[in-house]
Amino acid sequence: MSASPEAADGHHTNYVKIWAILLVLLVISVLGPLLGHRTLTLVTAFGIAGVKAYIVAAHFMHLKTELKIASYILVTMVALMVLLFMGVSPDVMKHDGRNWNNDAAKAETHRAESAHSAAGAEH
Amino acid sequence: MKPIATTRSATGIPTGRLALWWVVGSEIVIFGGLLASYIMHRIGHPEFGDYAAHTNTWAGALNTFVLLTSSLFAVLAHQAAEKGDGRKAHRFLWYTIGGAVTFLVVKGFEWTHEIHQGYTITANAFWSFYYTAAGLHGLHVIAGAIVMGVVAHKAKRNEELQRVELVGIYWHFVDIVWIFLFPLLYIAK
Amino acid sequence: MASTADHADHADHAGDAGHAHHEPGFVKKYLWSTDHKMIAMQYLFTGMVMALIGGYFAYAFRMQMAFPGQHVPGFGFMAPGEYNGLVTSHGTIMIFWVAMPVLLAAFGNFLIPLMIGCDDMVFPRLNRLSYQIFLISAVVLVASFFVHGGPFGGAWTAYPPLSAKAEYNLTPLGATLWLVAVALEFVAFLLGGINFVTTAMNARAPGMRMWDIPIVIWMIVLASIMFMASVGPLVAGAAMLLFDQTLGTAFYDPARGGDPILWQHLFWFFGHPEVYVVLLPALGIVAEVMTVFARKKLFAYKTVLYTAIATGILGFFVWAHHQFIAGIDPRMANVFTVTTVLISVPIGEMCFVYIATLYGGSIRLTTPMLWALAFLAEFLIGGVTGIFLGASGSDIYLHDTYFVLAHFHYTFFPIAIIAVFAGITYWYPKMFGRMLNETLGKIHFWITIVGFNMAFIPLFICGAAGDHRRIYDYSSFPDLAKPYLQNLRILATVGTIVILFGQIFFLINFFRSLRGGPVAGPNPWRANTLEWTVPSPPPHGNFAVMPTVYRGPYEYSVPGREEDFWPQNLPD
Repeated sequence: MSASPEAADGHHTNYVKIWAILLVLLVISVLGPLLGHRTLTLVTAFGIAGVKAYIVAAHFMHLKTELKIASYILVTMVALMVLLFMGVSPDVMKHDGRNWNNDAAKAETHRAESAHSAAGAEH
Repeated sequence: MKPIATTRSATGIPTGRLALWWVVGSEIVIFGGLLASYIMHRIGHPEFGDYAAHTNTWAGALNTFVLLTSSLFAVLAHQAAEKGDGRKAHRFLWYTIGGAVTFLVVKGFEWTHEIHQGYTITANAFWSFYYTAAGLHGLHVIAGAIVMGVVAHKAKRNEELQRVELVGIYWHFVDIVWIFLFPLLYIAK
Repeated sequence: MASTADHADHADHAGDAGHAHHEPGFVKKYLWSTDHKMIAMQYLFTGMVMALIGGYFAYAFRMQMAFPGQHVPGFGFMAPGEYNGLVTSHGTIMIFWVAMPVLLAAFGNFLIPLMIGCDDMVFPRLNRLSYQIFLISAVVLVASFFVHGGPFGGAWTAYPPLSAKAEYNLTPLGATLWLVAVALEFVAFLLGGINFVTTAMNARAPGMRMWDIPIVIWMIVLASIMFMASVGPLVAGAAMLLFDQTLGTAFYDPARGGDPILWQHLFWFFGHPEVYVVLLPALGIVAEVMTVFARKKLFAYKTVLYTAIATGILGFFVWAHHQFIAGIDPRMANVFTVTTVLISVPIGEMCFVYIATLYGGSIRLTTPMLWALAFLAEFLIGGVTGIFLGASGSDIYLHDTYFVLAHFHYTFFPIAIIAVFAGITYWYPKMFGRMLNETLGKIHFWITIVGFNMAFIPLFICGAAGDHRRIYDYSSFPDLAKPYLQNLRILATVGTIVILFGQIFFLINFFRSLRGGPVAGPNPWRANTLEWTVPSPPPHGNFAVMPTVYRGPYEYSVPGREEDFWPQNLPD
């Protein structure tokens, strides 16, 4: 099953080294929130998740040496999910807009937040 | 006996692997739909952050480590299979299954603890998403482990060695899903 | 079904006459077969049985509409809950258990290996598994008609909270079984779709370039890809709805942080591409039939292909036009209006291409050709009325009226009935080795077409007059209980009965010709594509010698050639 381009790569790839890089990235993403900076946490959490996913896909899944069509299939699917998010999020993510209100969602957020701060006051 | 159709390869990608890319593609949209739904709820509901504070980051990190390591074993099994060493591939596949089992055990402890604290799947939408997303991923871990057992059984006798690569690709995909679930459910608080 | 099996058995023996090998037993041959042709037949017959069930439901609730509260012959008195259940089941069955299995699975399974010149699907056992899961899904759905509380009655779109909470829909078991059945059906078609796409990508005969693949195969493959790409979020959404129903999770409950409109988005993100999933194979079938019976090359093969791909891509950008009055962000409504109107461009272009194919051809009005022509004519009405619904302004008035219902029946009926009959009458000789009776076929055609238009043109008028959908009885609405509207409803019901009556001729023709029809021979229509180069019905393994392809599929009436067709596998 070893397609020729991949065999050339497969023997030279040091998988243990890639695994070590992934572990370092994992440690960074866990330690990120300790810095206490919100934007920075988002970067260390999701930026690094993207990098880790790329490394696994490119080297472990061998997408780097696979024919391009495989990557196109996967990227198309991811792009469709971005489309889904863009189409749906204005209705779900926001609770009001021009001429509309999502009262139930607002009420629930308000209730949960006040319950949380009440619990926080007790401590 | 395989049909002639299975042995053809007009694209240049072997049939099994080509089909697997489509499998992974169709899985991307299943997880993608769920995670996109979760993310927009998470942004729209600031109170989800308070709920997420009750998840255990260290358990999540441990499980990320376990899955990354099992992915390493899966790719080493593929490397062995490529060299025609079915026995070695068999051994690495079983290490991977060991990773899957460890992952599920950690998850079991984690969930038991959370359920005891009263954070059940019906508590609110955050916990509904939490258990459903991790549960769907867990189902994939279980399915992957079972398939890997079957593949390992054959690989030991040097049969169907190409399947080692296929199950490996699937496993890496399961790993990637977790790589995104980890920050989504555990780190973003 | 027993007589069906007998007939198919007979037909198969005719094809296998030259083979001396041992005949497998009944179970192995009909229930456990991995042969793509047998699986196609399984899908076809399951689809036909489900179509009869769906048609019977349509008869029952149309009678209720025409004569509210009266005894329906063959059904009895209908309670409001039963009415909801029948309407929901009719929609679900016709989309998921008739259009999908017949257009995609039956034709896909039968045609892909034969038309691209290989012996079977690339994963025959996966193919068998796909049908078995599909059969279980059909059984689960049928079982939901008989459980306590009756079948699910919350419409085939299953919007929460009605679908999510038993205290609203009053069908706790029916709703869950409905959801499980639909989810299983998705799994079946995911497995089938992966098989179709991989087969068409990898297993083509030597010499078959991208441009030598028959259009119908392209269409089935594009439809399978669209299905795979769009169904994922709904699979996740269905799991979420199932948990809401059975466990009491909060996904669609705004009082606990969820959002019911999420389901509508997840549903239509799949539901709208689904329209194109069934439309594309129908267009493909029509392309095959038209070129053969116009004896003319398909006008602009690549244009058809590119417009199909454009339709496939644009089809993902229009879903929220189903939700204009659901409370979505008005700015999104503008975007989706524009994309919806845009998608009529490639579809319209495709219609023009087909008309251009007919232009100057030597047209033979056989039964398949009549169906194909009717497809273009009727689908055009469906497409044009869609513009009113795609524009958010006019949709606010027309939304959820019978105008919508008539519109999508003018798209789905041509797709799932008219194009399917074009396909069945065209490939019947290849499937069973016998010719259908032309006279019976034409009687069937005209009755169906007349009944169809009689049933749905009145509903456009009813809808424009304000008839809201899913209402059990209009007599308590003073504006809608007027005699002229009631007469139109009765006319539509008569049309439904005419359609159903017409199918008797089809069934007679279908089953009588299995034994009694004239023997077809390998190529009765003098067509080019590879399936016509093998005996009818094709033997196990399809080709005695694996074919090589030398030219495109539509080389009809090539100047300088004695014969007016030029099979793909014939060396120059």
